[in-house]
Amino acid sequence: MAEQYSWPARGKTSIIGKSHSRLDGPEKAAGTAKYTYDINFDKQLIVRALGCPHGHARIKSIDTAAAAKVPGVDYIHAFKKAGDEIEWSGELIVAVAAISGGAAAEGVSKIKVQYEVLDSFTAEDDLEAAIKAGRTKRGGGKSLTAREPGDDDDEDEFVDAEIERLLKAAKFTVDAYFGIDSITHCCLEPHGTTVKWEGDRLVAYLSTQNVSGTDDQFARGLNITADDVDVHCQYIGGGFGSKFAVDYWGLAAAEISKATGRPVKFLLSRDQEFKLGGNRPSGYLKVRLGADENGVVQVWDSHHWGTSGYTGGGVSHSVVPYVLTPPNYRRKATSIKCNTARARAWRAPNHPQACAITQTAFDELAKVMGADSYDVFKANLPSASNGKADLYAAEMEIGAKLIDWKANWHLHGKGPKKGSVVEGLGMALHTWGGTANTSSAIVRVYPDGSVEAFCGTQDLGTGTRTVCAMVLAETFGLPVEDIKINIGSSKMPFSGASGGSTTVGAVSESHRRAGQDALAEIFKLAGKKLDADADDLEAIGGRIRVKGKPKRSISWKQACGGLGLKPLEVTSSYKRGDESPLSSSGVGGVQMAHVAVDTETGIVKMKKFVAVQDMGLIINRKLAESQINGAVIMGIAYSLFEQRLIDPKTGAFLNAEMRDYKLPRLGDVGDIVVSLYEPESERKRGVIGLGEPPVISPGAAISNAICNATGVRVRVLPATPKRVLDALKKARA
Amino acid sequence: MEKTPGKTGFSRRAFLKGSSAAAAATALATAPDVAEAHQVGTAVLAGPTVIVLTVNGKDHKVNVEPRTTLLEVLRYQLDLTGAKPVSGDGSSGASTVLVDGKPMMASTLLAVAVRGKKIETVEGRGGEKTPDAVQKAFVQYDAQQCGFCTPGFVVATRAFLDKNPKATEADIRGGLNGNICRCGTYANVIQAAIAVAKGGGNG
Amino acid sequence: MKAFEYAQPTTQAEALALLSPEPGKCELLAGGSDLVGLLEKMVLTPDRVVNIAEIDSMQQIEADEIGGGVAIGAAVHLDDALDSPLLAMYPAMMQVISGLGSMQAQAQSTVGGDLFRRPSCWYFRSGNGLLAGGGQMVALGDNRFHAILGNDGPAKFVSASRLAPALIALGATARVIGPTIDDEEFLPLEELYRTPSREGQRETALLPNQVVSHVILPPGEGTSGIYEAKHGAGPGDPMAAAAAALRIEGGVVREAKIVLGQVAPTPWVSREAARAIVGQRVTPETAAAAGRAAVAKAAPVRYRPSEGQHPPSGTVH
Repeated sequence: MAEQYSWPARGKTSIIGKSHSRLDGPEKAAGTAKYTYDINFDKQLIVRALGCPHGHARIKSIDTAAAAKVPGVDYIHAFKKAGDEIEWSGELIVAVAAISGGAAAEGVSKIKVQYEVLDSFTAEDDLEAAIKAGRTKRGGGKSLTAREPGDDDDEDEFVDAEIERLLKAAKFTVDAYFGIDSITHCCLEPHGTTVKWEGDRLVAYLSTQNVSGTDDQFARGLNITADDVDVHCQYIGGGFGSKFAVDYWGLAAAEISKATGRPVKFLLSRDQEFKLGGNRPSGYLKVRLGADENGVVQVWDSHHWGTSGYTGGGVSHSVVPYVLTPPNYRRKATSIKCNTARARAWRAPNHPQACAITQTAFDELAKVMGADSYDVFKANLPSASNGKADLYAAEMEIGAKLIDWKANWHLHGKGPKKGSVVEGLGMALHTWGGTANTSSAIVRVYPDGSVEAFCGTQDLGTGTRTVCAMVLAETFGLPVEDIKINIGSSKMPFSGASGGSTTVGAVSESHRRAGQDALAEIFKLAGKKLDADADDLEAIGGRIRVKGKPKRSISWKQACGGLGLKPLEVTSSYKRGDESPLSSSGVGGVQMAHVAVDTETGIVKMKKFVAVQDMGLIINRKLAESQINGAVIMGIAYSLFEQRLIDPKTGAFLNAEMRDYKLPRLGDVGDIVVSLYEPESERKRGVIGLGEPPVISPGAAISNAICNATGVRVRVLPATPKRVLDALKKARA
Repeated sequence: MEKTPGKTGFSRRAFLKGSSAAAAATALATAPDVAEAHQVGTAVLAGPTVIVLTVNGKDHKVNVEPRTTLLEVLRYQLDLTGAKPVSGDGSSGASTVLVDGKPMMASTLLAVAVRGKKIETVEGRGGEKTPDAVQKAFVQYDAQQCGFCTPGFVVATRAFLDKNPKATEADIRGGLNGNICRCGTYANVIQAAIAVAKGGGNG
Repeated sequence: MKAFEYAQPTTQAEALALLSPEPGKCELLAGGSDLVGLLEKMVLTPDRVVNIAEIDSMQQIEADEIGGGVAIGAAVHLDDALDSPLLAMYPAMMQVISGLGSMQAQAQSTVGGDLFRRPSCWYFRSGNGLLAGGGQMVALGDNRFHAILGNDGPAKFVSASRLAPALIALGATARVIGPTIDDEEFLPLEELYRTPSREGQRETALLPNQVVSHVILPPGEGTSGIYEAKHGAGPGDPMAAAAAALRIEGGVVREAKIVLGQVAPTPWVSREAARAIVGQRVTPETAAAAGRAAVAKAAPVRYRPSEGQHPPSGTVH
């Protein structure tokens, strides 16, 4: 055991902190990387399923007789029965397994289901209608005042009076409404699985962010033991928080396979992926805030609502207002039960919405004051709930330089107009934990010097394999390409699900630990050969050498030769939450947007977007930059393009096809400038996850930029052309 | 419908130019049991049929129905799973392949309709070990995250740069909008495409 | 997809002989970029699909040496049209194709296929019929992308063809053949489209066994252009489009044809807009006046879902 795990100091690394192309890049670019959807077994059946077209209905009858007669149809699996109530459109009713997708789809088209259509409620932004319909649920809240109530005061009355008093005393006030609609995950590879039984053992290729956790889910659902389930996922076509579970269609695939004795492929169709594959809760907020003469917010009073589906839920009150938390506040949340599918975790759960509906209020304050938004954000930094005021200030300065804030800034709505186009700037800031997840890894060092590692993690696109290999390569002083990384099987050592920016921390922990533990053994062998104490050795450039005496060295291979015939195998682990010198949690991040708005068409174009991001110690700069670029683009998507549209009459999900669900294209993203912020004060904290934080701020930053350009607030995101035009029209009226 | 005399200088013959003289009318629902596999022919096809498709320079005998898409054939019969099923209507570009050198969506092409055409998939561009310039640039500039859209993007980028070898950044931003990436690799795709264009399409 | 028969004629006569007079029985396939998706979703369930993309007499672009115009075969692919020097004199058409936003769509789609693109209405595309309950689903539902003109009947979808507004403005004629090869007529392109009044009718005036074999453009002597307001750079439908073909003499518009796209169940020839600009010089002001005239009579279907500009309701505490 290595006494102390650690990272090499800055300037002392040969691999960590540098850029390295992703190891599985060539397979992906060549089209040979095999995703779950690409796994095909001999004699497999393909499943297609029928979904409910109504938002709310009761099944009167199901008739599958005609479907069973379609040539090629082999098996019919019912998820629902007569009498069952359906709570959202798209919910699966019956699955049909056939020898081809075409035959299965034709079978589905022959199923006759009679519904009693019930009233559906989907007006997720309409609080009053929801109250009338009895669709609301308390969503929690909290109030805090700097002055404490007296012993005789009724607490609620005191808070009420105090809030009113502070608002009245405020030099500047804002009374406004902000919102952000529900969106979907829209993974390009839909949810699903390809399975086969080998005797009583289930082999499941599953599109999952949770390789190590889904064998048990299959086992519990099928009444077998997890030992009898082997989940594989070498590649996954997007997850974003929606692919932690086997899901009922995954279990159905295993059941159909068992019943038919044939391998089964069951992936959701595109519209089902939209309808069932995951969505992010909406949030709509009314706020009154009061600030002093310097623009420092002293009091915040808000109520927000929204939906995460038919059971209620929504954006947590705990992140309202977002990061910047005044000394006096009252916040209240109401959740609305809608006939829509249950939400799933979406990249940085709660944060993007909370940022979008609250940091817009701070920008509104700047508008009211006739002040520079930058100054107002800066003035409020001391109230940052994570205590990172200095970090944010430093990041704001970097961002402002990169976007040339001073030169491009003008007061809200006061910029020059070129034809019908106006431009503007906006900013926002964010925070995230990013604690490393629990992770174990086996590292094997073979007598010929080759190195292999095994870990039941997965690669969502983060570059997990590359991170594992870089950590081991750095540890052993070997080239990255010399490390063989094995991931993506539930038979490998447990590694936590990839969610919440926990993966790079997790695998860095397990691989660095296993690497350092293994290296200690190799040093013992090398020490004998070099006649040196193991503690005095270092592994650099493919050699083991005595510290300070680089000429006293042997090659890595020679050292490993000392292993004899048996490879060295080391298993090391990290448990989430354990104090560690290798990883920690808590980041900031500042983003700034520069947009151009066509006031004639309402079309908003991204000119430039700057993302300044800290993440503790950087493992791979290139992959880190990719994560941030990607997050910003997802942010542009939910700020300007995507929204889930539900038919107000039938509750049907209307835009559940790629042609209708608007996403940005390559030509829509403008220039994205990423700045990785890694001062020693951050680097020394070790690895912190990066997947979530940069996706949080774009909503507020872009909304603020639009308001700066036009002088008018587009109250709800996405800022579609219609919304921009409506806002401009209303302002003119 | 109101008959409007054509006010053109074209003769009727002009509109029929190139057509063969006799029209072999084929009545509805008279399908031959097995079509001649190698022949494209004008016979009405129905039900399972063996046809030949030329994919990545090789002829493949495959079993299809009229409703079978090229994408299904590639993925289920030829083990060419680079082209991906993302949208049934081609709006994501994930199933992009080259048909006689042009980028098209395998998801919206019927297999029977591409008989006799040269089909090239991403796998035909080079392999992991021998990538072409676009594939190399996608790796070097990290124009991929989850990678599910990548094969379609690679083929589209190749086709775009073949047609516009001197493409500028503005051309690239304006011309590569047929593909969707959900992870948000666009910024890196732009860099990769610029690099290839600057290298004259080979770099 | 429902199983269907497939035929791939090589002549116009063969094609016509393969078609059925009964609506919905046969579908014409060209590039496939629209039809195959509709088959996949089983919005269309024909017994037979006839691929007219391989009819070589419909694959040519030819100059009309006498009249000076151009005949474009319906099976000509859009990228080939874009590259054709014969079509350079029709900027409005070129602008539409280069603005499609998808190289794949340019390569795969054909001129004829584009003219017959089915409406994007999401009620239609999720299997509720073209009129979606006699227009009721649209009227009571989410109609943000539906017709603002010509929508007083049950048809509330918008015409989806990207080329039609430009081609109509340019004065295109469709050569329509069928039911037999001896039946040939030349139809001003705008007359190809009609607004259906009952379910079962389509958005064109053709019989099920008629085919547009060619589009004929008169000499491109005037000025033309198209403006599409697009939400995003992708191949999605524009929110609205306007094509204009003008004859300008001495700086003043003498003749104008202005056609709106994506606003009505058919391409919408705006005589109001043309009247407003004729006799004027083209300036931002006169163009804006023509624009206002074009939509003066627009009547959006009342938009139902709250658009989120105000809190729909609800107060703080």
